[in-house]
Amino acid sequence: MATKNKKSVKAAAQKKIRKPKLAVWKFSSCDGCQLSLLDCEDELLTVAEYIEIANFPEASRRVIKGPYDISLVEGSITTPHDAERIHQVRRQSKFLVTIGACATAGGIQALRNFKDVKKFISAVYANPKFIETLNKSTPIADHVFVDFELRGCPVNKYQLLEVINAYLNGRKPNTPSYSVCVECKRRGITCGLVAHGPTCLGPVTQAGCDALCPSYHRGCFGCFGPKETPNTSALCAYWQTLGVKDEELLRLFRGFNAYAEAFRKESEAHEN
Amino acid sequence: MKIFVFECAELDNLIAAIKRRRFKVIGPTVSDSAIIYAEIAGASDLPIGWTDEQANGSYRLKRRDDNAVFAWNAGPQSWKKFLFPPVQKIFITNKSTKGFDSQNLGEQTPGESRYAFFGVRSCELNAIAIQDKIFLEGPYIDPLYRQKRAGIFIVAVNCSQAGGTCFCDSMQTGPKAVSGFDIALTEILDDKRHCFVAETGTAAGEEILASIKCTKAADEDITEAKRITDRTRVQIHRKVDTADLKNVLYQNSEHPRWEHTAELCLTCANCTMVCPTCFCTTVEDVTDIGGKQAERIRKWDSCFMLDFSYIHGGSVRASVKSRYRQWVTHKFASWLDQFGTFGCVGCGRCITWCPVGIDITEEVKAIREKQT
Repeated sequence: MATKNKKSVKAAAQKKIRKPKLAVWKFSSCDGCQLSLLDCEDELLTVAEYIEIANFPEASRRVIKGPYDISLVEGSITTPHDAERIHQVRRQSKFLVTIGACATAGGIQALRNFKDVKKFISAVYANPKFIETLNKSTPIADHVFVDFELRGCPVNKYQLLEVINAYLNGRKPNTPSYSVCVECKRRGITCGLVAHGPTCLGPVTQAGCDALCPSYHRGCFGCFGPKETPNTSALCAYWQTLGVKDEELLRLFRGFNAYAEAFRKESEAHEN
Repeated sequence: MKIFVFECAELDNLIAAIKRRRFKVIGPTVSDSAIIYAEIAGASDLPIGWTDEQANGSYRLKRRDDNAVFAWNAGPQSWKKFLFPPVQKIFITNKSTKGFDSQNLGEQTPGESRYAFFGVRSCELNAIAIQDKIFLEGPYIDPLYRQKRAGIFIVAVNCSQAGGTCFCDSMQTGPKAVSGFDIALTEILDDKRHCFVAETGTAAGEEILASIKCTKAADEDITEAKRITDRTRVQIHRKVDTADLKNVLYQNSEHPRWEHTAELCLTCANCTMVCPTCFCTTVEDVTDIGGKQAERIRKWDSCFMLDFSYIHGGSVRASVKSRYRQWVTHKFASWLDQFGTFGCVGCGRCITWCPVGIDITEEVKAIREKQT
């Protein structure tokens, strides 16, 4: 009896365990976040040992049918067709992760949200009647339930790996929501705001890039969007005492995360 | 204690003498628009002829018109980054056939050479003493801190000028180093000479000084060194009235000033990161993709983060007011209950490196003046 049990356990172990299926989806975006996954290079091979890359047009034409265990969604919703398609993606996905500023906040294309899109269409296209577009560029979470949002423009490849890794190991990903300043300080980078003067969005921006721009003596551009409890108005009020003008403040918050609520409200406060 | 005098030109020999005793010498150096602490090869790496101008939310590195070596004040970094690094791997475990095969990194024998800290200010000596109390003298000893702290050699420097945000005099932590050093220097620079008065704190300090060219200090040297630190003390213009401060803060937890400052505070955590006594950490557990190995990584944490007070159901300190109040009250009140000293040494870093220039001395004053 004991021998028989041992044999069946061994047989079960030998039976191929189904790897979770991963799909990558693109909406209105530049493909940069998808490329972050390709940038993983060495690590990507390890990822492929544990996960089946079932749908990833940037990497392969091979498409394996859904449903998918994990879907990475890049891009924002800007057309009626995409507004339909995202529901199909959601139906096929057990765990849906939005990757990047477009998918989580509407992206740079959300600058249209502050203007009348019809005027852009007539200014840009010779034959506007062929253009079918929505008035606003909106994040995925405005349309379907999102299980996890990964910030960045583009996302940080180590954070992307961390999300996949955490999913595979059934743990919470380590993706902090505190400020970029914490990353600067842990790296020993001298604060440019204090040592040179404004401007840097680090104190109101979520960490995740490992303080990339400040490490090259550039102020933070806010690629990872608002941090937890961002006090943008206090930062701007202080900069105004140092002579920073409304136009500059408007421009600072009208970046890749212009439509993220905290940044949107702040930029609107500096509109003429 | 013995007091010697040596010429400025001998500074390089002093560093060399320390290095010969197999120390890794860490000292001030100009880098990245500030005076920071890094490994130095010799006296030429020191910020000779440099100074800084500091104010609320502002630091500017400036050239001096003389060759003063230590005529500057606390910079963006503190010695904390060496004794208590911002990111440290503390534990590795591997899945094995028997269960887990673990390795606690704090129990390894140190492979690196010991540190010699060159140019430690009095406020910073006090900060190190405070962290010693936390990590080495409580019921739980931190093996990682103990490993880095063991056998370090300290050359202190008495401040010859006060910085724009200093308030060590209020906290009784400076500007003159009293204990916790092997050698304490006072820089004398005038028309006639450029030399250092060196006070020994330990036999090791005395032994090293004996190996360089120095003479016994004359009474006038000692008087001049005292005059310099006394002058510095007078220059300090920020003050904290510490009388009964613990009770003042405890009794004013609903003071309107907390709400006022909450509107200015960015909760960016810069103040806690630059503070030489702040010791909070978080641990992150990471796995490899295959789930065969796990690591625990300790990182500097801050009471300004929401996750810091997160328990089941949410963060205990959700409001900015509660987070700012926690930090200030810990420094000036609950630290006393916990460790028997203040948690602030008056170095002024939190004032200089706050992106919006919030001044902790002003906050304390505002609460004390209009008590509720």
